[in-house]
Amino acid sequence: MTNGKEQIQKNSEKQNAKGLTIAERLKIPPQQMPQQKPQERIRNVNEVALGYSQTEARMEALRCLGCKNAPCVSGCPVRIRIKDFIAAIVEGDYKKALNIIKENSLLPAVCGRVCPQENQCQEKCTVGIKFKNIAKAVSIGRLERFVADLDLDDQSIPQIAPPTGMKVAIIGSGPGSIVAATDTRRAGHDVTIFEAFHKPGGVMIYGIPEFRLPKIIVQKEIQTLVNMGVKIIPNFVVGKTRTIEQLMKEDGFDAVFIGVGAGLPKFMNIEGESLVGVYSANEFLTRANLMKAYKFGAGADTPIARAKKVAVVGGGNVAIDASRMALRLGAEKVYLIYRRTEAQMPARAEEVHHAQEEGVEFHLLQNPKRLIGDENCHIRAVECLRYKLGEPDESGRRRPVPIEGSEFQIEVDSVIIAIGNVPNPLIQQTTPYLKFNKDGSIVVDEKGTTSMEGVFAGGDIVSGSATVIEAMGQGRTAAASINEYLAEKKKQKT
Amino acid sequence: MHKIVSKQQLSNDVFTAWLEAPFIARAARPGQFVIISINNEFSERIPLTVADSDAQKGLIRIIWQRVGKTTADLSELKAGDFIAAVTGPLGRPTHIENFGLVVCVGGGIGNAVLLPITKALKKAGNKIITILGARTKDILILEDEFAKISDELIVTTDDGSYGRKALVTEPLEEICKRTPKPGQVFAIGPAVMMKFCCEVTKKYNVPTQVSLNTIMVDGTGMCGGCRIEYDGKPKFVCVDGPEFDGHKVNFDLMIKRMNAYRQHEHQAYEEYKKHKCRIGLNEKELTTKKNKDS
Repeated sequence: MTNGKEQIQKNSEKQNAKGLTIAERLKIPPQQMPQQKPQERIRNVNEVALGYSQTEARMEALRCLGCKNAPCVSGCPVRIRIKDFIAAIVEGDYKKALNIIKENSLLPAVCGRVCPQENQCQEKCTVGIKFKNIAKAVSIGRLERFVADLDLDDQSIPQIAPPTGMKVAIIGSGPGSIVAATDTRRAGHDVTIFEAFHKPGGVMIYGIPEFRLPKIIVQKEIQTLVNMGVKIIPNFVVGKTRTIEQLMKEDGFDAVFIGVGAGLPKFMNIEGESLVGVYSANEFLTRANLMKAYKFGAGADTPIARAKKVAVVGGGNVAIDASRMALRLGAEKVYLIYRRTEAQMPARAEEVHHAQEEGVEFHLLQNPKRLIGDENCHIRAVECLRYKLGEPDESGRRRPVPIEGSEFQIEVDSVIIAIGNVPNPLIQQTTPYLKFNKDGSIVVDEKGTTSMEGVFAGGDIVSGSATVIEAMGQGRTAAASINEYLAEKKKQKT
Repeated sequence: MHKIVSKQQLSNDVFTAWLEAPFIARAARPGQFVIISINNEFSERIPLTVADSDAQKGLIRIIWQRVGKTTADLSELKAGDFIAAVTGPLGRPTHIENFGLVVCVGGGIGNAVLLPITKALKKAGNKIITILGARTKDILILEDEFAKISDELIVTTDDGSYGRKALVTEPLEEICKRTPKPGQVFAIGPAVMMKFCCEVTKKYNVPTQVSLNTIMVDGTGMCGGCRIEYDGKPKFVCVDGPEFDGHKVNFDLMIKRMNAYRQHEHQAYEEYKKHKCRIGLNEKELTTKKNKDS
């Protein structure tokens, strides 16, 4: 904003004196997020959104009305004291703001970037409601990211209780596991994380691309765990390398947290899905992010198809990530095929907007009927059907209904399927005493307790494909249960 | 980090090594595989079968063929060197029982996969007929080890340079015609070989297990890159396999999928060889040097 500084000064003075009136706050325009220009950013993998300056952050913070009942908090899965941290930003006390967030969320730099705020805290924001425009709600996520980023060089670690002599195994190293590891380690337990891949971080490393979540942020969180004394064992597939039973009976672990996520990609079960050039989004993004296939031939050994015309199927964040990654890998055309409408897309609004700016073509109310190959079994075209919206289904969204005879073809040389994931059966196959739901998710109570003594679970393996913040919340709940369980166990021992 | 305790060259392009991997050595069963990555940052992850394991010493044996950059890199390593990541044992173990007469058909590098399975079948009391096929004598591997555990061993070469001049399907068909018929066939080797073995055994209605080595990234079911069409449905080789009823596998599609990165592989290998030349050794000298080393 042109007169930002003056206005801030004026506003801050007023704030100090007696505070701004509601009318004055509502007059402050929403602060735009500085970002890389679309034409530049599709040629690099660097982060798109660059973050607020101090001026922008404090201006945005001044837009918060500080509602007594704070409806935003009810929209936050981990109940961060939002208006308090925003007030601290207005005061210019960023450290205090961060500490308020950290009471409830351990990964603010991550959540500020990847939370679907418009369906959570910002959806409930009084300012947005007043303007009848959710885009005008206070940008809580951007403010969260602002204070978290100021702290990225901070090496400090949380206080750790004296050793309890109890051993905790954390399976998986995604957001739920990071939180569970932190909270159990804080309680003084000896904590070990087992990760199947060669790098910890789970979906934040293999799935979410660098341009949306720089890996350095995830690495910092992992480093904090290491500095706290949490052991991380990569390339270890629990269920295969050792079973949960072996970990508990032979290796002396007193409690286990299962946070392995929902890792198995869903396919559509239509003709042609195994043609060459057809990827699951998991494979495409893993090759690109974790294995750094965008550097193939320039250091990295893992290849990826450099397709010119790519169709991505799905409407979630993963579909948007895959579309934008395909552009960055040199695609000239990227078609996002989704069977519902834009309003019904589960993806974050900001990412949908970014994808549109970058030139991803949205094919809405369409869905593949079959995939067509050439004589070499290489994908050549997608045959789609057009859809219209019918009656609401169990999710409350109007059900897309195919229009008969509406088939048409889109020529492509690659297809990426991003229609969701289901739980990986590895743990189920090798843990006979653990109870699972029909869909392969683990049965837990509201405290994250499973059917097996000493075993707790959280994240996507419990709730199916969900968000980073929900996984974190469940990791925290399960960690509290583990701490309680181990305290009891210790009492019985002595 | 996994130390290479010994390494040996089995033929011009085939190598074997014993690695330290104590957990995997204890857990591995015949038919399972590991994913290895030479360094953690930029290496490819490639699946290799656990050819043997020693739980007491905490060692596993791998066998690989030099076909591209990663396997060439691996071939450069010596005893005492380290591999950053060895993950496993992955996949489902082979179903072993006493089938009576079993025919084990191995081709090329597939012999490495077949060896531990054959050993386990022998231990379970089966009568074993082994057929090993190779293009030519020089690339035949593990003949001696199979000789020790087979009741009958047939070797074929395409060019007749050793054993019988035939494809493996020829003796396989003869055996299928015998009475008693084999109770089970295991066919493990190049995809084309497995495809034709299955065509033969289908004619005689002999159940046939194949072990597939499709392209993988994670090896734990996460990427689906390894999927095949099985009985018309998608199956993941890493978690549903690697062994399948060969009569239900769509081999033609699988072969196409396995060639998806042929060009990339070629490009990377050519670059790699060029680089090696620049540092003063051409490919021939490299091979001679390696023969001396091992």
